[in-house]
Amino acid sequence: MNLNFLEFERPIAELEAKIEELRYVGNDNEINISNEIARLEARSKVLTKTIFSSLTAWQTAQLARHPQRPYTLDYVSRIFTGFEELHGDRTCADDLSIVGGVARLEGKPVMIVGQQKGRDTKERAKRNFGMPRPEGYRKALRLMRMAERFKLPLLTFIDTPGAYPGIDAEERNQSEAIASNLFVMSELRIPIICTVIGEGGSGGALAIGVGDHVQMLQYSTYSVISPEGCASILWKSAEKAPEAAEALGITSAKLKELGLVDHVIEEPLGGSHRDPDTMAERLKTVLVSELDRLSQMDIDKLLEARYARLMRHGHFASARK
Amino acid sequence: MSWFGKLIPSKIRTETRRKKSIPEGLWTKCETCGAVLYRAEVERNLDVCPKCATHMRIGARKRLDSFLDPEPREEIAADLIAVDELKFRDSRKYRDRLAAAKKETGEKDALIVMKGQVKGVPVVVCAFEFSFMGGSMGAVVGEKFVRAVNTCLEHQIPLVCFSASGGARMQEALFSLMQMAKTSAALARMSRQSIPYVSVLTDPTMGGVSASFAMLGDINIAEPGALIGFAGPRVIEQTVRQTLPEGFQRSEFLLEHGAIDMIVDRREMRDRIASVLAIMTGRHAP
Repeated sequence: MNLNFLEFERPIAELEAKIEELRYVGNDNEINISNEIARLEARSKVLTKTIFSSLTAWQTAQLARHPQRPYTLDYVSRIFTGFEELHGDRTCADDLSIVGGVARLEGKPVMIVGQQKGRDTKERAKRNFGMPRPEGYRKALRLMRMAERFKLPLLTFIDTPGAYPGIDAEERNQSEAIASNLFVMSELRIPIICTVIGEGGSGGALAIGVGDHVQMLQYSTYSVISPEGCASILWKSAEKAPEAAEALGITSAKLKELGLVDHVIEEPLGGSHRDPDTMAERLKTVLVSELDRLSQMDIDKLLEARYARLMRHGHFASARK
Repeated sequence: MSWFGKLIPSKIRTETRRKKSIPEGLWTKCETCGAVLYRAEVERNLDVCPKCATHMRIGARKRLDSFLDPEPREEIAADLIAVDELKFRDSRKYRDRLAAAKKETGEKDALIVMKGQVKGVPVVVCAFEFSFMGGSMGAVVGEKFVRAVNTCLEHQIPLVCFSASGGARMQEALFSLMQMAKTSAALARMSRQSIPYVSVLTDPTMGGVSASFAMLGDINIAEPGALIGFAGPRVIEQTVRQTLPEGFQRSEFLLEHGAIDMIVDRREMRDRIASVLAIMTGRHAP
């Protein structure tokens, strides 16, 4: 399997290459080298554990953007049944960087909305690299309102570098599309669970990220601005992105500590892309139990709690003291 | 422009916007038409160029002062100050940036909120101080906006907000992003009680402020020629790799594309908003 190793994974990649080589030799040789392979494999696992136990924020950002990282539809197919994708904002277009539709989670009807990136060049273009235009957010809004009408809990999956910064997006009022989603999601009379599965890029992520339970996969990121963007503004150089990533505190562990996310779901060793099935299973377990908990709450109390949660965000002091 | 300035290709010419504000000077120059203007006259004209009607940026206090009736006035949540939760440091410490901004503007943060009346119509008015870290929105701006909304709810009076902001305050990281959701949620509550909200977008209103409460007005008004949008023009230019059309993301562009209700000259703002609010709240014409 070509795992597309990142720069900081190089020692693992070298070891894995050695194992591959041995396997190749082993096939047409009588010498029994399975012991050697097993030994190297164990070493590779230890090495991976060591490297992944102390990732920097910038390394995490690279993992969150890993080209093989599972995307929304990869989880949808593994976690849900009966998924019917629904298309279009009914006014302008069908933005394929946001997918949505009805489905069942362990038999229970739900509404799904998530950002979707593309795997190869062609699909990446089709999905606009996961950067939604206003029509994407308006499709999401349409589905959210429909979910409310039919009492379907809403599950959102966040994975975007940000809302698309383009001429047409501005012409159709990107700002309003995002703002309206924030406005409406704060009062939707259904339980909402938001999961950051990859990149949580700024307002473009938040526009489907207001809910009762906000969680992140371990190596996903969530930030007000990309590390590169922040570095080029504040440090005047995009090369300072690693420093910016650190300062912005974009990792799940940090954001949990700051009280901005409720829960972090541990990823398989080496990241979700190494074992999408296990990741999907873990995510499913949490979704089922959280949904169960939220569904039992009185809806007015749920909305009060959602509001209180939003009001809590941010620290300030009084100058009078 | 000097003969030397003209030699420099426009792409690498640096705009020297900031240099114009020499507050002690008797004379000032309009950036747009180049007219040399008597400062007192410009100030009487609410910082609108008497020659070409360019709307220059105006401070929050001055804005509130020109908009509200002299009495009664009551500032809301004036005591709130930012907390550097992340100990953020780029080329400078966030704390130092805050201290410098406080010294420069005399304000504690980038939003001022006041309860008062406009031509006898009771209102709560928010105004951004753009000189305070580019009017960026952190936790204090978010909280002050929510307190403004709460005051409106308590007294059942309309809200007016004059935006001028570069967007979310990066030094408060994800906390600043969450202010978008916080302020929008507060507005959703107010909207349910049918309390009018007039959003006035002034130069510039971008990013997280534009993509939250600034675009959520029952009535959205812009000042002439203001830069308004989600992504900054430079970011868009780098993404699409083409030159942006003339007047892109300006008030007139937004009106044409249906994003705002009207463009109102600053000198008429008070009369027009008072009139509209009186209609929406079922009062006699002010």
